[in-house]
Amino acid sequence: MLSNNRKFLRTIAIAAVLMEVMMPVAMAEQDDGERSNKYMTTAANAKWKAECGACHVNYPPNLLPAKSWRVLMSGLDKHFGSDASLDAATAREISGFLEQNAGSEMFASQMFVSRGKPVLRITETRWFRNKHDEVSQRDWDSPKVKSPANCTACHAQAERGDFNEDNVRIPN
Amino acid sequence: MFRLLHVLVLLFVAVFGLISLTALAQTPDEVLAVIQSDAQANNPAFQGFSSARGESFFKQTHGNELSCSACHTGNPAATGKHAKTGKAIQPLAPAANAKRFTDTAKVEKWFKRNCNDVLDRVCTPQEKGDVLAYLLTIKN
Repeated sequence: MLSNNRKFLRTIAIAAVLMEVMMPVAMAEQDDGERSNKYMTTAANAKWKAECGACHVNYPPNLLPAKSWRVLMSGLDKHFGSDASLDAATAREISGFLEQNAGSEMFASQMFVSRGKPVLRITETRWFRNKHDEVSQRDWDSPKVKSPANCTACHAQAERGDFNEDNVRIPN
Repeated sequence: MFRLLHVLVLLFVAVFGLISLTALAQTPDEVLAVIQSDAQANNPAFQGFSSARGESFFKQTHGNELSCSACHTGNPAATGKHAKTGKAIQPLAPAANAKRFTDTAKVEKWFKRNCNDVLDRVCTPQEKGDVLAYLLTIKN
């Protein structure tokens, strides 16, 4: 009985490890299949563009799952160290837009860390890290880049939602 | 009769058009007047705004790392830069940027946010008025 249980647990553990290993492969395949629209975000909302874009690049809503946007939008008064609070009506409209255009559940499964907390920074998602693993530390540290959140430093068309790899220019 | 109706409709459109226009677009002086009535309500001994006080308030830190000028630069007629994201901030002085201080709701939104970042509290109407009085002295 005990050994049966142990066997069962071991099978689960192996399956979990396998899933973990296979996930980036599955994601990469999905990536290539959707290349044409993956890098181009066309979803837009005037309030989202004006309010979020007042301080930073309009980060595409599909790069975080709905749960992340929900948590992020509920704490705008402490938004990564800044007060970015909005009136209730505007916040509601922007939240609706973000959640409607959020990343898919499949994508979301990549976003959540093991403690079950949603990732709030796109740059902390495994997807972002995989996509940028060939960028050297020297490039990240460049004063022209300053922060991985500064998309436009290398993706000049980021404001238009264009993150196509072919248009990347890392500043010297 | 028909003509009278036309005239009435035209008058109606003109009057309401003007009312809604003034409701949307304010001048910085009108915004300052709104802040002043808040200041008077807030403090019966209110003695007016001071651009000199506004300038030193704008340029000094208030216990936090940031000051107003940290992002808006020491010259409010110049383009600033967000301290964290590096995104450009259009000039704050109305002389250099006609869009500034023309919408009370927008003014209040940014005072609330930025005062919380710079002072860890909201600003008093006196402080807001002093700063706007200072910004209105800036020539482009």
